[in-house]
Amino acid sequence: MTAITATPRPVPAWSRYFLDRSEIVGPLFIAPAILYVVLLVGLPFLLALYYSVSAYTIFNPSLAFVGLKNFRDIVASEIFRRTLINTLVFTISAQIIGLLLGKIGAMLLMQEFHGRGIARALVVLPWAVPVSLATVAWLWMFDSLYSVINWTLIALGLVDAANRPQWLGQEDLAMIAVVVVHAWRLFPFGVVIFLAGFTSVPKDVLDAATIDGAGFWRRNYQIILPIIAPIVLIALIFGTVFTFTDLSVVYLLTKGGPINSTQVLGTYAFQVGILSGDVAHGAAICLFLFPFLLIAVILLLRSLRRREI
Amino acid sequence: MLRLAKKLGGEGAFYAAVITLVVFAAFPFYWMLITTFKADGDLYDLKSIPYWFNSAPTLEHIKYLFTDTLFVQWLMNSALVGLCVVAITLIVALPAGYSLARMPGRSAETLGIGIFLTYLVPPTLLFLPLSRVVTLLGLQDSLWSLIVIYPTFTIPFCTWLLMGFFKSVPREIEEAAIVDGCTVMGAFVKTVLPLSVPAILTVVIFAFTLTMQEFVYALTFISSSEDKPVTLGVATDLIRGDIFYWGELMGAALIASVPVAIAYNLFLDRFISGITGGAVK
Repeated sequence: MTAITATPRPVPAWSRYFLDRSEIVGPLFIAPAILYVVLLVGLPFLLALYYSVSAYTIFNPSLAFVGLKNFRDIVASEIFRRTLINTLVFTISAQIIGLLLGKIGAMLLMQEFHGRGIARALVVLPWAVPVSLATVAWLWMFDSLYSVINWTLIALGLVDAANRPQWLGQEDLAMIAVVVVHAWRLFPFGVVIFLAGFTSVPKDVLDAATIDGAGFWRRNYQIILPIIAPIVLIALIFGTVFTFTDLSVVYLLTKGGPINSTQVLGTYAFQVGILSGDVAHGAAICLFLFPFLLIAVILLLRSLRRREI
Repeated sequence: MLRLAKKLGGEGAFYAAVITLVVFAAFPFYWMLITTFKADGDLYDLKSIPYWFNSAPTLEHIKYLFTDTLFVQWLMNSALVGLCVVAITLIVALPAGYSLARMPGRSAETLGIGIFLTYLVPPTLLFLPLSRVVTLLGLQDSLWSLIVIYPTFTIPFCTWLLMGFFKSVPREIEEAAIVDGCTVMGAFVKTVLPLSVPAILTVVIFAFTLTMQEFVYALTFISSSEDKPVTLGVATDLIRGDIFYWGELMGAALIASVPVAIAYNLFLDRFISGITGGAVK
């Protein structure tokens, strides 16, 4: 420390020279990143906006302007309304289960015990492993005949072997299945975020509160939660965005079926825009994600800004 | 006596909760492992207990996977895409992060947050227009489409991570180099980069695991089997109608998952401090 404070202040002459140079070098250094983002995120987004008001399909790439017709078509469709409701149900339930399990997991893993390192590594697995590969494992566990889940339920006498649940083939069960798999994927993220939050709570604050007579719940909700709130908010925003825009889990497990009972915005847009080649309607469906994403971005911005100040 | 029982009971409940959580998290992976080495007759048997081997374990599935499927090709595709994306990410994000860390005033902050926010733009919003862009560039059905598109999500995140790191490197070090006659560029390459090896390593691991995690773009852009990355090939090409390939499928998923899982675990803490904006020290 003393060495640094002892360093003489730089002479103004070269400092101006340095600033002059970095004014050129600075923008030059950041230009490729901005260019990349503008060309391959910004422009495609504008393209999506235009597709959504055009008659563009892969069979008829005419780009004729049709106004809001695509949006009217979509909102009028029964499947889309179902898709929208499904997306909300899927997001909210997976998010609640994920956060709840995340908090419980973090409270458990915060304690000192033998094998804590291994337990943490195992708990993080669902989130660490590539989503498509993890989902394929669940596909096998939900198999119509050889499902290990069903085997266990039958062995426990909870369900009848002749009447075994078809996890991915029945409308209500399919929704439960995709929610469970997504919550399973998400909760380790909650665990690590909550863990990071808990360790940031100063111990003396907690000790003082305990001495003053604050019990478990009071410490939890009036001291810890307010302190970790900004971190939890960020986890919530990322988690919700990942769930709301998910395509992989649902696509691999059910492809939106049976009879669109698990169709979410992502899979529906994929089905219409890629599989059926109707790019215009597909783009319009995707844009229903946008207002929601905008809210997420604003929330995130506010929480980041607040921290800077 | 009562207190001891209560304490033991509490401890028992605690361990029971931990074990339940670990089983919920890890059972699918255990299931992958055991399925990989079970003989077909054992796999498709409804009577015996499925949690353990009822007949001798077999290497048949692994052997089949490596000799009769495109699995090795897919692994190599993923490795190639990963390496190229990591290289592009480093070339673009290193100078960008440095520039943002050293840029004076509030504009750098705004620019940095702006770049970070693009990480929130999901593939689901962009896969349709990007599939047209990829076609226009003539890259459809080629690994190059992924190499070009994947940096759109690795660059924002890694720039953000590196910006945080470079802020912690004292300015005096480069200033000294500049006094000694280095250019700004020279000072960056000769003094800052050697100090940043841990951060660069983190970025390499993250860019690589992020590309390994991606599924939507690969699904949209690539349809020919031999050009698929492993995450796509395993999930779409090993499932063939009514024929049972679960042994091969689980083996493939397991082999491709292990390296990613290990890498992730090692660098988890850095990832978290990145995503929470360094709020957690």
